[in-house]
Amino acid sequence: MQHGKYRFIVGFLAVPLGLYALFVVWPFIQSIYYSFTDWTGLSPEFKMVGVDNYTRMFHDDIFWKSLWHSLLFALLLPLVTISLALFFAFMINAGGRRRKGGPAVTGVRGSSFYKIVYFFPQVLSIAIVALLFAFAYNPDSGAINSLLRGIGLGSVQPLWLGDPNLALWCVMAVLVWSTVGFFVVLFSAGMASIPADLYEAALLDGAGRAGTFFRITLPLLWDTVQSGWVYMGILALGAESFAVVQIMTTGPGGPDYSTTVLVLYVYQKAFRDGQAAYATTIGVALLVVTLLFAAVVMRLGRRERLEF
Amino acid sequence: MGPTSGENINPEGLGRRDLIKRSAALGLISVPTMSFLSACASSGGGGGEKAKAGKKTAKNPLGVNDTAQMEFVLFDGGFGKEYAQDAVKIYEKDFPKATVKFSATQKIQSTLQPRFNQGNPPDLIDNSGAEQMDMGVLVGKNQLADLTPLLDAASYDDPKKKVRDTLRPGIVEMGQFDGSPVWIMYYAYTVYGVWYSQKLLDSLGEKYPETWDEMLKVCEAAKKKGIAGWTYAGKYPYYIPFSLYPMIGKVGGREVLDAIDNLEPNAWKHPAVKACFEAYYELYKKGYILQGTPGLDHIQSQTAWAKGKALFIPNGSWVENESANVIPADFNLAVSAPSGIDSSDKLPFGTIWASGGEPFVVPAKAKNPEGGMEQLRIMLSEASSKNFTTKVKSLTAFNGGTTGISLTPGLKSGVAALEKAGNNVLNPRLQDWYVQLQKEKIGVAGLGEMMAGRLTPAEAIKKIQGFADEAAKDTSIKHYKHQ
Repeated sequence: MQHGKYRFIVGFLAVPLGLYALFVVWPFIQSIYYSFTDWTGLSPEFKMVGVDNYTRMFHDDIFWKSLWHSLLFALLLPLVTISLALFFAFMINAGGRRRKGGPAVTGVRGSSFYKIVYFFPQVLSIAIVALLFAFAYNPDSGAINSLLRGIGLGSVQPLWLGDPNLALWCVMAVLVWSTVGFFVVLFSAGMASIPADLYEAALLDGAGRAGTFFRITLPLLWDTVQSGWVYMGILALGAESFAVVQIMTTGPGGPDYSTTVLVLYVYQKAFRDGQAAYATTIGVALLVVTLLFAAVVMRLGRRERLEF
Repeated sequence: MGPTSGENINPEGLGRRDLIKRSAALGLISVPTMSFLSACASSGGGGGEKAKAGKKTAKNPLGVNDTAQMEFVLFDGGFGKEYAQDAVKIYEKDFPKATVKFSATQKIQSTLQPRFNQGNPPDLIDNSGAEQMDMGVLVGKNQLADLTPLLDAASYDDPKKKVRDTLRPGIVEMGQFDGSPVWIMYYAYTVYGVWYSQKLLDSLGEKYPETWDEMLKVCEAAKKKGIAGWTYAGKYPYYIPFSLYPMIGKVGGREVLDAIDNLEPNAWKHPAVKACFEAYYELYKKGYILQGTPGLDHIQSQTAWAKGKALFIPNGSWVENESANVIPADFNLAVSAPSGIDSSDKLPFGTIWASGGEPFVVPAKAKNPEGGMEQLRIMLSEASSKNFTTKVKSLTAFNGGTTGISLTPGLKSGVAALEKAGNNVLNPRLQDWYVQLQKEKIGVAGLGEMMAGRLTPAEAIKKIQGFADEAAKDTSIKHYKHQ
C-alpha cells in the first residue's frame, strides 16, 4: 500500500493548503505588490511608483514614532503581563500556607474565587473594556480622579489620557488588565500538571516559596510561558493595541502622537487619508517587525525540554 | 489556544513551534486586512449599462429616465433617515414607474469603497460620518459627477429660479475643489461659534462679550461663582477652531484665513493669528478652562458644559441635537459669533463661520446620475427643507425655509446669528481639504498642546507653520486654492 501514500497525504492537505494560500499567502503577496503603487483605495486606477512609498516611510516622523510605540508594546506588555500572571498563578496554585490535614502544596485561601475574578475581564470584548476605561480616566468625573478626591487627594488630578507623559502608560495598563486573567488560567493549568512530589521534595530540602518558584515551577512551565510570550507580543502589535488606542486616546493617537501605534497608522492612512498604497507599505513594515519578534523569541527561548 | 484548562496537559500536545507558527500567522492579519480591499481593486470591471437619459421637460428639467432604477445610500447618523425617506416618497410619486433602492448605513466607507473600486457605485450618496470617504481623493481620481446641471436646473418650487439661486451663501463654493465644477452638494447648514446657556449668562448679570477684555471679565465673574469660563473637546482639540478660526478672520480679515487654507508660507505668522492664539492661551493661564478639559472627549465636555460647570464651548449647531438628552429644558441654548480682540479688528462683531454639512455626491460611474440629481433637487425644495429642519433641528442649504415652523432655542439663535453676520460669513476649508493636517497636526499636536499649557503660543505657531509647510511640500496629497 506504500504507493498510494503520497496521494493520500496530498488529498488531505490540498484543501487546507489551498485555503491558506488563498486567504493568507495571496493577500500578503498582493499587499507587498500594492506597496509599490500609488493606489488610493478609492478608485480602481493606480500606477507603479517603485520604492517611493518606502523612501517616504523612512522620512516619516510619525512612522518612526508609531514604530517605537509598537516596539515598546511588544517588549513591555508581555514582560509585565506574564510576570504578573506567573505571580498570580503561583499564589493560586502553590503559594498557600500549609493547612492541617491538607495537601503539602496548595494555593492561597480563596484561590478558586481569585481564578474566576482574574479571568473575568477576558469575557468582555476589548472595545467595551476600552470604553469603560475611557470613562474611568475622565479627569472631570471619572472613577479614578473621583476616588483621588474621595480620599483627600483633590490636588492630585492627573489628566491621564490627556497628558502625553501618561497616556501611553494608561493604554498599556488597560491591556495588562484585560489580558492578565487569560494567562493566569493558562499558567494555572500548566502548574496543575506539575507533579506534587517535586514540590514536596523541594519542601523537604528546605526550599522557600521563591526558591520553589524559580527552581521548579518556572523551568517546568517554560514552554507555556514562551507560547504566552509570543501570543502576547502579537496581541500587543496587532488588533488589541489598535482597539484601545483608537477608542480611548486623544485624536486618536495623541496627545501629540504620544500613543500612536503602527496598526493605527495603517488604518488612518488607508481609511482616513485615502492612501491605501502607503498604508500597505507600513503594513509590510509591521509584517517585518512581527516576524522578527517571533524569530527572536524562538531563538532566545531555545532550551532542553524537561521530561517528567 | 483552547484546550488549556484540562488537568492533565500533555506537554507534547501542542508543540512550541506549531504554536509560534500559528500565532505568527494570527498576528499578521493586520496586513491582509488591507488586502481584502486590494482584491477588489484589481478585479475591477464595468458595472453594467448606464440608464438612457429621459426627455427634458418643464417638470423634469434634468431629463430623468422615468423607468430607470435610482439607488440612494444615506449616512444614518445624527440626522436619522426619516427626512430622506420622505424625499424618496416624493421621487416615487413624481416617477411612478421608477424604482428607488434606498438604504441607510453608518458604514459608508465599508459598504461603498469596494463598489467604487468595482466601478459600480450607487446614484446618490450622503458621504458623511466617521467613515466618510476622502473627498479630495474621490475628486482627484475623477470618481464624482459634476453637479452643475443640477445647479442650473429650475428649482422644484419655482421654475423661473435656478437651484443655485435658492441656496445659502458659500454652499456652491464649498462643493468646488479647483476650477468651476461642483462636486459636492452640502445639504445641512452648520453654524459654528461659541455656544452657551443664555440663562447662565443672565444669572451672572453679563452680556455676551464682544471684545477679549470683556471676555476675560465675564470669565472672571464666572470663576468667582465656581464656574469655569470655557471647556472644549480636549481629546479632539480640532473643535477649538470652530471659534478660533472665525476670530482670526474677524481680527485680520478674510485674507488671513485664505492664506492659511492655501498653505502659503508664513501664513500662520500673521499678527492676527498671534493675537488670537495669545488670547486663547490667556484663558488657560488665568485658569478659566474647566479642570481636566484636555482629557475629555466631545460628549464628556458637552455634558460638563450642559451641567453648568463651564460657560462657553466652541461647537457647531449639531450640539443641540447631539446633547439633547443632557441639556436642561430651561437651558436656553444660544450661539454667538466669536468675540474679537478690540475695535481695531478688520471685520465687525458678528462675523461667523457657517458652512455646509452632510455632503451629498453623485458618483461619475453611477448608472442613473440624473436620478441622483433629481432626488437632490427634490430635497432642496422648500417643503423638504422645512421637513428636515422640523425633524432634526438643523438648517439646510436652502436659503429660507424657517418661516412658519417653530424653531428650537439653539436653532433660533443660529438663524439670528446668521442674520447679524450678513455677508460676513467665513468658510475656512482646512477641515475638508487637508483632514490630517487639520485634525491631527494643527488640532491635536498644536492647539491641543497649547490649550493644555504645554506649548506657548509662539511655540504652537512655529510648530503649526512647520506642519503647514510640510503639507505644502507633500506630493502625496492634492493641493487646493481659494478661487
